Amino acid sequence: MSNYLLVDFGSTFTKLCAVDVTSEKIIGTAAHYTTVLEDISIGYHNALNLLFDKLGKKIKFDQVIACSSAAGGLKMAAIGLVEELTVEAAKRVCLGAGAKVDLVFSHHLTRKEVKKIKEEDIDIVLLSGGADGGNTENVIYNAKLLGEMGVKIPVIYAGNKSAEDDIIDIFDHYQMDYHICENVMPKINKLNPKCARKTIRNIFLKQIIEAKGIKKIESDIDRVILPTPNAVLEAAKLLSEGYLDEQGIGDIVVVDIGGATTDMYSMCYATNRSDVVLHGLEEPYAKRTVEGDLGMRYSAPGIVKSLSEREIEFINKERGIDIVKEVNERYKNVHLLPHNDRDEFIDQFLAEMCAYRSMNRHVGKIHEVMTPMGKVFNQSGKDLSNVRYVIGTGGVIINSKHQKDILKQTTNILDDKTQLRPENPEFLVDQLYIMAPMGLLAQKNPKLALKLMKENFKELD
Amino acid sequence: MKTIVIGVIGADVHAVGNKIIDYTLVNSGYNVINIGVLSSQEDFINAAIETDADLIMVSSLYGHGEIDCRGMREKCIESGLEDILLYVGGNIVVGKQDFNETLKSFKEMGFDRVYPPGTSIDAALEDIKEDLGE
Repeated sequence: MSNYLLVDFGSTFTKLCAVDVTSEKIIGTAAHYTTVLEDISIGYHNALNLLFDKLGKKIKFDQVIACSSAAGGLKMAAIGLVEELTVEAAKRVCLGAGAKVDLVFSHHLTRKEVKKIKEEDIDIVLLSGGADGGNTENVIYNAKLLGEMGVKIPVIYAGNKSAEDDIIDIFDHYQMDYHICENVMPKINKLNPKCARKTIRNIFLKQIIEAKGIKKIESDIDRVILPTPNAVLEAAKLLSEGYLDEQGIGDIVVVDIGGATTDMYSMCYATNRSDVVLHGLEEPYAKRTVEGDLGMRYSAPGIVKSLSEREIEFINKERGIDIVKEVNERYKNVHLLPHNDRDEFIDQFLAEMCAYRSMNRHVGKIHEVMTPMGKVFNQSGKDLSNVRYVIGTGGVIINSKHQKDILKQTTNILDDKTQLRPENPEFLVDQLYIMAPMGLLAQKNPKLALKLMKENFKELD
Repeated sequence: MKTIVIGVIGADVHAVGNKIIDYTLVNSGYNVINIGVLSSQEDFINAAIETDADLIMVSSLYGHGEIDCRGMREKCIESGLEDILLYVGGNIVVGKQDFNETLKSFKEMGFDRVYPPGTSIDAALEDIKEDLGE
């Protein structure tokens, strides 16, 4: 018998998932509050004891591996030149690596912007700008300003290759902690995320984990290998694509509504139609977007902020609630769990809003253009209309009594022809909360991770 | 190597000429950034900024070139591309208008070179060599 323990240090909960590799089964799962402020191992051991209680015995683990989004997760600043091009490319690379992109800057940095980077607890800066052989002036200016103002956190340079030597000289001069990568956008609209993403992951492993107080637990676990959103992305990709003879389930969307953010993942190509003209930066097969202003607790006020006065009034009247008061209560008490029907009703409503709005921002848009040669379709972003499954994960969805109503919000409920939302998907729920753990397991045993996801995801009628 | 951004502006999907221009310029030793059909002014300008381009060559084949190109020079200036060369060619206006009128109006809009219908890319290539010094 060979047992793995997969651990997810979340911002609120530390979640455990024990897997028996020999019999290919999930033995059990457990969760406890994350205790990152005191000592992260307290929460971990509490969760472990809960797991042992559930199993009725203590068991030994051959491997304990973890992912983490505790202590605010991996916070990054993305810098580029033009907003739609290298800025967007840099941002996407950060998101794909499982980071939260707290700051996004374009063109010449200002002193105020660099000050923000220093003050807002950013973990890593990704500096890009210019296609290969293109503009060098801007990145050189920005590198100098970062150096001059004494930025000490790791900086990844992933911009115009032609500026690389100058950039190295500047970084050396200011004795900065830097890493040089391939350009995130070597050609116009071509995305090249691999090198930078790998570097982000390495820095996360070597430096960030220690800074987040997770190092303390290293005697108990083998290692922390990924930021949690990256683990979820890996799991989603595996589930979609399959592994060797274990088939994947095809194109999918995953929605993860948390306390602070709503994460949306899509696994599919930008389009499989031949009658559209694609516009803008190349879309990755595995795409993640994060809405930092849409969440159930810390970010609940963001949901209301995006509404007009009239919409607020309409909601209050129709639902018989005071939405502003409710979101503020949740913001003030982030540990609030629903205790009665009313709390549940409001959480359900907020979750639906999060799902609807984050899909608005994730999904591709299409516009009919009348040309003298007839009707043409101009598409930007990803076409999700033929996605086979929409999968829900995260506490609010798992605990909801009306899971389908939340997931349905990702589809084209308003029949908006310009949005390429999923048209007629089936719905699955990650009821055991195993997606991040399976992303971890996938690093060791992808076939088993895929099998366990397929077995344990609950289908909704 | 000099960099040239090419593409077809507006609601225009004529892709053939665009490919020919691409082919000819690449063969003549230029770094060609082809942003393709259905491109907006902003698409041209963004690509030119990121690639530090020397020249933007706008194609318009469907007669609405004047509407689509208006304000492009001003946007270039706003975007820090004061010195970039702007060329336009194709069937840039509807019907059989006097080309001298068309030339005048596009020059006023800030285009450096304006080509009448039927101009071959080889003719334009001579101008490119002259303007870019290669």
